[in-house]
Amino acid sequence: MEILTNTVGRKVLMAVTGLFMLFFVIVHLLGNSTIFVGPSALNTYAEKLHSLGPLVWAFRAFMLAMLGVHVLFGVLLTLENWAANPGKYAVNRKLKANFSSETMIWTGALLFAFLVYHLLQFTLRVTPDIIPEAVAKRPGDVYAMVVGSFRHTAISLIYVGAMVVLFLHLKHGIQSFFQSLGWSNDRTLPRFETIGNVLSALFLLGYSAIPILILVGFLTR
Amino acid sequence: MSGQNEHKTMTLKLIVWRQNGKNGPGRFETYTAREITEHHSFLEMLDVVNEDLIKEGKEPIIFDHDCREGICGVCSQVINGVPHGGQERTTVCQLHMRKFKDGDTIYIEPWRARAFPILKDLMVDRSALDTIIQAGGYTSAHTGGAPDANAIPIPKPDAEYSMDAAECIGCGACVAACPNGAAMLFTGAKVAQLAVLPQGKVEAKERARAMIKAMQECGFGNCTNHYECQAACPKGIHVKFIARLNREYIRALIG
Ligand code: HEM
Ligand code: SF4
Ligand code: FES
Repeated sequence: MEILTNTVGRKVLMAVTGLFMLFFVIVHLLGNSTIFVGPSALNTYAEKLHSLGPLVWAFRAFMLAMLGVHVLFGVLLTLENWAANPGKYAVNRKLKANFSSETMIWTGALLFAFLVYHLLQFTLRVTPDIIPEAVAKRPGDVYAMVVGSFRHTAISLIYVGAMVVLFLHLKHGIQSFFQSLGWSNDRTLPRFETIGNVLSALFLLGYSAIPILILVGFLTR
Repeated sequence: MSGQNEHKTMTLKLIVWRQNGKNGPGRFETYTAREITEHHSFLEMLDVVNEDLIKEGKEPIIFDHDCREGICGVCSQVINGVPHGGQERTTVCQLHMRKFKDGDTIYIEPWRARAFPILKDLMVDRSALDTIIQAGGYTSAHTGGAPDANAIPIPKPDAEYSMDAAECIGCGACVAACPNGAAMLFTGAKVAQLAVLPQGKVEAKERARAMIKAMQECGFGNCTNHYECQAACPKGIHVKFIARLNREYIRALIG
């Protein structure tokens, strides 16, 4: 398949898989925001999700595939680029590239690590902060579990840190998506950049609000 | 004769990449450029330095140049970390010494990318760009009498768009500036200038495919949309032409 080896084809695959993950980031934030409505809202939402059964698993498998393709080509792309630009300049002045655009592979790797941790914590529920007896007693009480974990300063900080990383990845990634698919031009590119900045900042604020508010004592029962 | 401005000269410290041949190890050498006026172009300043080197029996600094009026695209130097020196829409040959101050230190380096091997000092081999053109940067036409200029009507916006892309002089600054050593701005411009015209549309799909393939085979990197190329381009080629290249490729893929 040509698309798998063609440089533009690979970028298209990265863009499409990135878009699906971006959709997930949006939907996940909306779902999580039910925590602001109250314990029963979040728990009802979680229960509804789990009641979907096989659909949930199909969705998880799909997201995993998206992540797999995105990571595979992200790594290949980066390795090839390092090889294509071996000699660094003694003086290196950047005119347009920035921290966010130059660290995509590293913010990506950190996101991957965070994802593993996050799934171990709240999906598989095996991290030390999760008390097995409490979960066993009331497996549907997602609210209590989340609040219990975010009471730990270190855990909340990890989550806020991860959201800063997500912000950096998407600040470059969202506008990059439009460019990779060939949708931008001189008029729209600045707008896509603005959309990327606004969306990624919204994710940062929205997601970070949950651990921060729990940590400072709001959002407790 | 008195202290007129034109008689004011500058002395500059140059730190220049010297490399004997393709594989020779390179190194930075320090030179002093004396008696430089603000009217000297950057290349003329190097000419002065080279005159001095020759008088001292040393090898002059090798650099590419031809037209010296910003159209041939041959001059190629990274000056203080920016290809062509960072003055907007200006090639090295059109850069003037009035942009510098007496006592300045100037780093001069060759284009650096795997696809552009250094031949000597500041001169690199940019034939990879020709290889990309040979792969599809043309339209096939039967020979014969020149067609009437107005035989095929072309909408004004399309003509403008094509001309904007055609401003590319093939200098390779986009590659030199790219953190990935990619040639997408060059290739994008060359694909776009033809893709928008009726004569070019005929072979648009094969062209996009073939030129991208050639680009990869030459060892250029992949675009990650830093847009550093546009910022460095002496002709202000816009990254919308990279988006166009992507679009052309997607169109070719889906038939
Ligand atoms: C929450 C998960 C993630 C989301 C929402 C996401 C989103 C995106 C988006 C939208 C792009 C732009 C694609 C394009 O250029 O068209 C992108 C690029 C990229 N991502 Fe991710 N990504 C995620 C996770 C990862 C991970 C785990 C890696 C790990 C290796 C990674 C590595 C990269 C790289 C290297 C690029 C290329 C940069 C570029 O071409 O501009 N991403 N990502
Ligand atoms: S796009 Fe600009 S920088 Fe690149 S080769 Fe053409 S003129 Fe030079
Ligand atoms: S020497 Fe021709 S463009 Fe500079």
